[in-house]
Amino acid sequence: MSPYPTTPTPGEQPVLVAGGISDSHTWNLVYLQLLLEEHGHRVVNLGPCVPEDLLIAEALAHRPALIVVSSVNGHGYHDGMRTVTRLREHPGLTGVPAVIGGKLGIAGPCGGEEVAALRAAGYDAVFDDSAEGVADFRRMLQALPQRALV
Amino acid sequence: MTGVGFGAFVRRAHDAGHLVVQPRMGMSSPHRMRAGLLATRNAAATTVGTITLDSYTRVGDLESAELAVLEDVALNGYPIVSHDRATTLKVLDGIHGPDFPVQVRHGSAAPQDIFRALTAVGLDASEGGPVSYCLPYGRVPLRESVAHWAASCELLAGLRASGAEPHLETFGGCVLGQLCPPSLLVAVSVLEAMFFHRHGIRSISVSYAQQTAPRQDAEAVAALRSLCAHFLPDTDWHVVVYAYMGLFPETEEGAYRLLGKAAELAAASGSERLIVKTVAESRRIPTVAENVTALEHAARIAARTPRAPLEGTGTQLYAEASALVNRVLELDDDLGSALLTAFTRGFLDVPYCLHPDNAGCSRSYIDADGRLGWADIGKMPLKGIADVRPAQAITSAGLLDSLSYVRRSYDRYDPGEARPVTVPAPRGA
Repeated sequence: MSPYPTTPTPGEQPVLVAGGISDSHTWNLVYLQLLLEEHGHRVVNLGPCVPEDLLIAEALAHRPALIVVSSVNGHGYHDGMRTVTRLREHPGLTGVPAVIGGKLGIAGPCGGEEVAALRAAGYDAVFDDSAEGVADFRRMLQALPQRALV
Repeated sequence: MTGVGFGAFVRRAHDAGHLVVQPRMGMSSPHRMRAGLLATRNAAATTVGTITLDSYTRVGDLESAELAVLEDVALNGYPIVSHDRATTLKVLDGIHGPDFPVQVRHGSAAPQDIFRALTAVGLDASEGGPVSYCLPYGRVPLRESVAHWAASCELLAGLRASGAEPHLETFGGCVLGQLCPPSLLVAVSVLEAMFFHRHGIRSISVSYAQQTAPRQDAEAVAALRSLCAHFLPDTDWHVVVYAYMGLFPETEEGAYRLLGKAAELAAASGSERLIVKTVAESRRIPTVAENVTALEHAARIAARTPRAPLEGTGTQLYAEASALVNRVLELDDDLGSALLTAFTRGFLDVPYCLHPDNAGCSRSYIDADGRLGWADIGKMPLKGIADVRPAQAITSAGLLDSLSYVRRSYDRYDPGEARPVTVPAPRGA
């Protein structure tokens, strides 16, 4: 990992990584950056506690190949709904792929209804904090267009 | 020293030979919050109470916190600014007092509203710090956090005029929770305590979070005590140990063994207070019953552990921490300005911290004995003091491996070790 949150490889669409609006956790974001870089993606890591306006501004500036929202503080469902609702309201960002994952509820993983609600609100995929969730996320990365691995 | 308040309670308990144990606990429902405080008070241990605030209040998104209160949406903590004063007074009624002080824990880089809300209900103990509740924890610029914390300390210190002894605990001994070499944790904790002191607080606790190697942890607490004895005159200070703040073991045995080690560290090092973690930690926010079980388990282990503190100043860890503190103090007479300059120039540099005000050049590693060391000291003034072992570029798998080192070590069943004290299955809370 580069010591800086943005790895400087111009000319490629990066992946935006963001913590939930009220989530201060960092290690999940550091891990995701390394994982994405190993899959050949340039990463812009916005760090923890990312407000909707910042995510929208960064998404418009970078035109990312993918937005990854990660949350582990229990507010992931509510924060994640707010974020994606605002994101999809923006005319320039209706089509950018966006996913969310982590420990999304205060009582543990989200239920099926909440996952469906997150998807209906605009996430292309929802990953829980389990071995299967991580495996699903990796499979999705394999399927994304990426720059050549060297 | 006055005999009132949170610090005095902890001092009396220590003098009587007891480690004070405390949960991390906060629920948005006033009824459940009160039940949690009562259960903490009634636990078979010397306890103080905790009101942990929700994340919306922490980041200053009071609109969301208020909306959640109105719509009765459960939050991950107690929204003390958004609940009516009368509601919080009812939560505390007959519970908070000289024999059971309650501390508000929050995580805010701008805690003025929180401090006003807690003083309005008769509370006077909280925690955090200008560095530790800024850099690893969000997006507020460090300069703003320093100004907010100066104002907040002074707000709280104002209570001293009426005979109270407000208390603040540094969160600096935790920072990102994992993979920060202890010398930097100790240095940040000491610097934050000095910051509180310079802004009028005279009852202070300094934190240290359990890391990867018990011997190194003991050296760290000893170094912390030596530095506080030197740098905190006319202050009633004590040390609070946090049970491991990183990825917690997934097995019940592993979780209790790790908590037990934290209790041994706290008691043996002569620390006065311990904040526990529970068996539920690896999965979700714990229930009240799980917290009570953890408090009682820690208290039992502490009671059977003799105090045997190490000498503080002879270690490399002390030399590193002392060099960091002294270099920062040389930068400016104003400690807030000194901290800003220190981070700008990379004299303090938290490994892996993504905040724009952190230099981000330092890196750490776990050595073969489990001790945390420096793979890169960046621009920190540790040349010739720290042993630096350059590491290969870290991979996601390598990071996960380091982050789960403690979980893995404690989850592995070791037949050579006695099983932990048997505990009843937690009831729903």
